[in-house]
Amino acid sequence: MNPALQGVITIIVGVGGCIGYFYLSNQFLDKVLFPARGKHIGRNINRANMIRPWLFLFPAIFALALYLGYPVIETLRLSFTDRSLDGAFVGFDNYAQMASEPKFWEAMRNNMLWLIIVPAMSTAFGLLAAQLTDRIAWGNVAKSFIFMPMAISFVGASVIFKLIYDTRPANQDQIGVLNAIWLMFEGGPGSYLFLRLLPAGIVICFALLMAYVLYLALKPLFRREAGAGGSWWSVPLRLFAGFVAAWMIWLSAKSVFSVLAAEFAYGSPQTWLTLPFWNSFFLMVVLIWIQTGFAMVILSAALRGIPEETIEAAILDGANPFQIFFRIKVPQIMGTIVVVWTTITLVVLKVFDIVFAMTNGQWETQVLANYMYDKLFRANDWGVGSASAIVIMVLVLPILVWNVYNARKEMS
Amino acid sequence: MSSIAGTKSGLTWAVQISVVLLVALWLFPTVGLFVSSFRTADQISSSGWWASMLPSERNETLRTANPDTQVQENGTWVIQGNLFEADRQAEISAWGITSQDIAAYTPGETADMGEDGRLTVEANGDYRLVNETEFSGRRGERVFVTASSPPEFTLDNYREMLFDPSNREGMTKAFFNTLTVVIPATIIPIVIAAFAAYALAWMRFPGRALLIAAVVALLVVPLQLALIPLLKLHLAVGIGKGYLGVWLAHTGFGLPLAIYLLRNYMVGLPRDIIENARVDGATDFQIFVKIILPLSFPALASFAIFQFLWTWNDLLVAMVFLIDATGETTVMTKQIVELLGTRGGNWEILATAAFVSIAVPLAVFFALQRYLVRGLLAGSVK
Repeated sequence: MNPALQGVITIIVGVGGCIGYFYLSNQFLDKVLFPARGKHIGRNINRANMIRPWLFLFPAIFALALYLGYPVIETLRLSFTDRSLDGAFVGFDNYAQMASEPKFWEAMRNNMLWLIIVPAMSTAFGLLAAQLTDRIAWGNVAKSFIFMPMAISFVGASVIFKLIYDTRPANQDQIGVLNAIWLMFEGGPGSYLFLRLLPAGIVICFALLMAYVLYLALKPLFRREAGAGGSWWSVPLRLFAGFVAAWMIWLSAKSVFSVLAAEFAYGSPQTWLTLPFWNSFFLMVVLIWIQTGFAMVILSAALRGIPEETIEAAILDGANPFQIFFRIKVPQIMGTIVVVWTTITLVVLKVFDIVFAMTNGQWETQVLANYMYDKLFRANDWGVGSASAIVIMVLVLPILVWNVYNARKEMS
Repeated sequence: MSSIAGTKSGLTWAVQISVVLLVALWLFPTVGLFVSSFRTADQISSSGWWASMLPSERNETLRTANPDTQVQENGTWVIQGNLFEADRQAEISAWGITSQDIAAYTPGETADMGEDGRLTVEANGDYRLVNETEFSGRRGERVFVTASSPPEFTLDNYREMLFDPSNREGMTKAFFNTLTVVIPATIIPIVIAAFAAYALAWMRFPGRALLIAAVVALLVVPLQLALIPLLKLHLAVGIGKGYLGVWLAHTGFGLPLAIYLLRNYMVGLPRDIIENARVDGATDFQIFVKIILPLSFPALASFAIFQFLWTWNDLLVAMVFLIDATGETTVMTKQIVELLGTRGGNWEILATAAFVSIAVPLAVFFALQRYLVRGLLAGSVK
């Protein structure tokens, strides 16, 4: 059958079937099962109203259970079995095998880098873009252009950026922008400014931000008498956040040093996607480029929601624009920043297409989702593949719990 | 907040310039691909796309016409014509007759080549080669020119990738395959989710809070977990790999967001309208179809755009549930990944293919951006 025809039939059957189901089942309930007449009329109406929600919910619950609920459990089960042994239970063998593979640890290491850098950069750029565009006349036009990459597929974006990273031999004109720019650097003062001081400055800013996080996380622990309520788990959570921040500061210090000391190969075109370690960053740029628009849209709405009086009061008190931004605005939208950060974190955990299309995990760019795809469909090893899917699930779990907790708090 | 008292005009300028830079930086990559898709393979591989906007200056080696085209004029032998091919527009800024000195003469000057004659070249490529003795040999004189050509763009790439039936790498089929995947996968979840969202928003029953929590939880479950169990399920019940499977998968994966967005929107609808309708004897089904659905149009549109973009741009779900070994049902994203593998250096093909797949989402984006933004604001868990 022609797929287009099949598609039309599916739409008709699917949509018509759904509506027909809802209509007929409601009719059946009201007219046949518990008719609103006769001597049990009151009881019948009550019963019908008890059943009706489930008629409305049934297709959704069925689809969710089958397409998201069941797979979670089944994947967990598969991760303890071995396909080549006819699905026999093998305990933690798959996990042990996975832990012994260097490629898995490479994927973990890269995923951690992605998890730190992409949400941080996207949120920072998004906040910057939101703050700047809110203050100018043509801000909405600027916003749509920065937001536009959201509509572009990861694969399309990969092609776009592969053109930027393209390399030609040294004696030809470069057609990749990055190499064309790179060849302009010759090791003079300009190179020192742009390739050493500027990146070092950015990393130092990041370290300062982390120091601020560290301060925020640990401050209440030293001032318990101030009566900051909070649950029993807030202490370990704060300690953990503080630890992560301290670790980031240490990493930043190390990378500042390495940027200042590194030897650059001036004058020769680079194949950017095969440079170990750095190539991961070139892949991250693609996702940052896409996600910044998302962060900008959400944060810009939050910035507009800030009560005007707080800003006016700050101006009257003589605050300068930077103070207004960092001390009045940012603290008030902290909740939204966390939401944006976690949402981008979720995207990063599942990032697959970009790596698959650009390097396919070669040259030390592997990430978990692509590792999993490799195991499932290339090595046909469903056990290890499922085990790595479970690893992704475990990494998502804290965010899941946090979201459910917040949603419930909001509803009650 | 644009009217903050005390904002200095210098700072405003700094803001304007920063935004211009930021927008330029964000547009630059896409523009690069877009421009490249209108250039020929030769142009793309010989210069960066940013140079294509300006007249390009190149050094070329051209030849005068063969000696057998010479004519006799007043006792001298003359060969004349134009150095460039028939339909080419170019302007010569300098020329020479030896490869050691290719810019020895300016247009209009005459070079004396001794017994080979005297050559005059004009800026538009017209030349006149004059000699007292007859020209011999089989080939014309070599002329080295520095010529600048005006920007040149072509639609041939699109013609080849879209309308050439003999091109097996063409995007037409993949385009329609993608369309076939997207439309049912966008419409069906909306219908299912709308009913469920109404129940979760406006009906009272035990377990409602739990169900809402479950939807929020499923919102973030990575679909990677679903790949193998569902593929096994599809193979076991006979759906196999194909459109039906991919429609069902997209429906399942899209439902949590659909229910969440729609429920949040429906909860905010005015209670009075619904209660009045109830008092007037409307059934839940009637309330839903006649009141809730029309009022929820913005939320339905938001989700529809999300699901459309997500299914159009999806690679993983299509690869797992749809595309079989024959490759008959390949979608655009998969086709592009394959082209990246086989035609890694052919940017005219890659750029065109990518732009064909990007064009529709971009059009949807710019036309319906309002709803997309609204959906984003409602959909990010607060």
